[in-house]
Amino acid sequence: MAELRAPDECGVPDPMPFMHPTLRDNYGKWVFHSHPKPGVLYHRAENGAEVWTVKFGTARQLDGYTIRLLCDLADKHADGHMRFTARSNVEFMVTAESKIDPLIKELNSHGFPVGGTANSVSMISHTQGFLHCDIPGTDASGVVKALMDELHEEFIKCEMPNRVKLSTSCCEINCGGQADIAIIMQHTKPPKINHDLVANVCERPTVVARCPVAAIRPALVNGKPSLEVDEKKCICCGACFPPCPPMQINDPEHSKIAIWVGGKNSNARSKPTFHKLVASGLPNNLPRWPEVAAVVKKILSVYKADAQPWERMGDWIDRIGWPRFFEKTGLPFTKYHIDDWRGARTTLNASTHIRF
Amino acid sequence: MAKKLHDTPMLDQLESGPWPSFVTGLKREAAKKDIMVDLLGQLETSYKTKKGYWKGGTVGVFGYGGGVIPRFTELKDENENPVFPDAAEFHTLRIQPPAGMHYDTATLRKFADIWDKYGSGLIGLHGQSGDIMMQGCTTANVQPAWEEINAMGFDMGGAGPALRTSMSCVGAARCEMSCFDEARALRTIINANIDDMHRPALPYKFKFKFSGCPNDCVNSIQRSDMATIGTWRDNIQVNEQQARDYMKGHGMDKLVNDVISKCPTRAITLRNKADAVSGDSISTVAVDDQHVMQIENHDCVRCMHCLNVMPGALLPGKDKGVTILVGGKSVLKIGATMGTVIIPFMKLESDEDFEKINEMSRNIIDFFAENALEHERTGEMIERIGLVNFLEGLDIDVDPNMINHPRANPYVRMDDWDEEVEKANERKAAA
Ligand code: HEM
Ligand code: HEM
Ligand code: SF4
Ligand code: SF4
Ligand code: SF4
Ligand code: SF4
Repeated sequence: MAELRAPDECGVPDPMPFMHPTLRDNYGKWVFHSHPKPGVLYHRAENGAEVWTVKFGTARQLDGYTIRLLCDLADKHADGHMRFTARSNVEFMVTAESKIDPLIKELNSHGFPVGGTANSVSMISHTQGFLHCDIPGTDASGVVKALMDELHEEFIKCEMPNRVKLSTSCCEINCGGQADIAIIMQHTKPPKINHDLVANVCERPTVVARCPVAAIRPALVNGKPSLEVDEKKCICCGACFPPCPPMQINDPEHSKIAIWVGGKNSNARSKPTFHKLVASGLPNNLPRWPEVAAVVKKILSVYKADAQPWERMGDWIDRIGWPRFFEKTGLPFTKYHIDDWRGARTTLNASTHIRF
Repeated sequence: MAKKLHDTPMLDQLESGPWPSFVTGLKREAAKKDIMVDLLGQLETSYKTKKGYWKGGTVGVFGYGGGVIPRFTELKDENENPVFPDAAEFHTLRIQPPAGMHYDTATLRKFADIWDKYGSGLIGLHGQSGDIMMQGCTTANVQPAWEEINAMGFDMGGAGPALRTSMSCVGAARCEMSCFDEARALRTIINANIDDMHRPALPYKFKFKFSGCPNDCVNSIQRSDMATIGTWRDNIQVNEQQARDYMKGHGMDKLVNDVISKCPTRAITLRNKADAVSGDSISTVAVDDQHVMQIENHDCVRCMHCLNVMPGALLPGKDKGVTILVGGKSVLKIGATMGTVIIPFMKLESDEDFEKINEMSRNIIDFFAENALEHERTGEMIERIGLVNFLEGLDIDVDPNMINHPRANPYVRMDDWDEEVEKANERKAAA
């Protein structure tokens, strides 16, 4: 057997050698930016140095051909450098305004949508789904592809009141994260336990400890050590599934999709907020999830028409109030919108602040 | 040439439409590689049955305990043989990118070449924690692929109960809002604690994230156990020329409606020049010949809104530093939690400053390692033991910036009130 090489624990690489030279030379010295047009940012440093950034969307899961194509385009137009954003957009930096249009033209000719800057709907933050996760209730890349096809215009134009950040998550763990609109799997039935497997594969105390509502108990089933779930207590969160695959939570019919709105990470204006549930029970309808897309587009169109400039989704709802949010979007308000988890009373209206 | 493609009528529907299609990308690789042909077969099955078919396992590289996400197929026929044998093993290597995700094309091409040679050709750029995700590798190929990646100067990322791959915003590289050297802070802290990434032995995951200003473009408050966010403590800087340009382009209505009335703490006032007030904490900028905009910086909470709307006209102050929050995490198990302030302000410029934040990070990881229960995140631990116990464990003084408001219930023992008052007085005297 060949000698195994001990790893070089080199850690996080220094970005400087990889960085576009204009960014490197002016590191920490920028004083101004503007947004000349959708997909393009302009930055100026204190010494007058200028850089234009052209931002465009990708599929995030990139094959070798696409990576090499991006490299060819960066060599031709952008001095051989690029950077990726947290939402899998790519940014090419150019140092002359005249280089922007030819670059955009060529990007578009290869099918890359240029946009995603400022008050646009940016690429959807998402994770792995069926492609690589071991617990998904639905796919990630597919939902995103289907939705971004629908929202393409909003990505390439910047016509929203403020930026709109979306996320999708294929289980309630919510790897996709907090967002203006978050699309998240919502299970509606307790796990079906495959008792034959529990004894072999599961560390039972770990599974019992994982449940947020203490619904799982060790039990003997057909004379073998297994687990049982108090189905009255179970909130169908799926937390028991990762440590114990026999706790089958995913259900082709009963695992539904929920939509949450008003999450914000930035501290701008209001403090950061978590997204809130507005719709659920939508079918997991592969490969294009039309019912989900319809609700997302409805919410976006009402927000676009009604919010003031610079109001994020949550800021807008703060102004108009939840009753009018439900009224304007036509989404039904149900008892499930009223929180009963810990801290829930702080979410209730303890005032006479009511809009009429 | 690879074997023949399986029929994928569901996935085929994701090849049309204006957004770039990952299915088209997978098919391009499938034209060359059997592993991708069978991956498409399994993915199509998932689309039909609405079920996932991966299970974990143990696969790693020599010398490290983490960083590889093992995936073995569970889609077996009646004889327990994989239905799609060439994708029966489809592991991912998580690789840490350069801070800020900057690349030159030579590096990206090398990644593509290595992944052609050893993997499926499919690279995820990037994971939600910021990893380069080299996806689709057999068990046998993990080690040789890793050795070539490592030889490029890239290191494995985090997985499991470990320090995780970190992220910083574009920041100083291309953003005038940046208040510290995000890349340096990231590399200082992560590289000093790299052992905890490569040899998972913490109660659960621990994430650091770094945003150059309170716009928090990498979502650090909600998505990291320790968030380091740039801020400043002196006055907002102004540039009159840019402010007048804004006014010319937008007019008084926009200035009032978009900027002044959206300040969350009513720190901004528009005054006639003649009525302008003066004071050490006031930023004043003329927007036209008649009016000045004045910001009472003691009232400003550094929310960034007015700087965002009037770029260049308003800029962060000169006395920059960072605010540190701990305890952000996602849903499991108590519900999502945001980080809370433990350090309202510290400088982060000199070598000693970086040493100080590095030491504090180490102390926080140590405290977490010693006090968290298994599978408990820092935020859950703090909720369980209370912020004060956490602060005392780290020898950090209490500060009213850590709270929204003081306690609103009397359910606490306060026998040593007088001693605590004494301490408060000492802190005041020392400040
Ligand atoms: C030139 C540099 C940048 C500037 C001036 C900038 C500006 C801003 C502003 C003003 C906001 C807050 C908007 C608001 O709520 O009013 C924001 C939010 C955000 N930015 Fe940036 N940004 C920059 C670069 C980036 C980059 C490179 C990324 C991604 C890698 C990014 C990702 C985000 C995200 C995800 C948010 C939303 C956070 C949230 O949900 O509230 N930004 N940015
Ligand atoms: C068991 C299988 C799981 C798989 C396969 C999985 C997969 C992933 C992947 C691929 C990412 C992106 C990682 C990266 O950027 O490198 C991610 C992120 C994330 N995962 Fe998971 N995950 C799993 C379980 C969990 C669990 C149990 C939790 C929470 C308790 C969780 C919470 C998260 C969160 C919050 C993120 C986003 C983190 C961030 O924004 O930094 N995941 N997951
Ligand atoms: S959201 Fe859930 S199912 Fe999707 S990748 Fe994350 S852990 Fe897996
Ligand atoms: S699904 Fe959630 S609530 Fe139900 S048994 Fe599993 S861990 Fe407990
Ligand atoms: S967090 Fe602030 S400094 Fe960093 S990129 Fe965003 S706006 Fe710029
Ligand atoms: S940065 Fe300060 S002055 Fe500006 S809007 Fe926010 S709180 Fe008001």
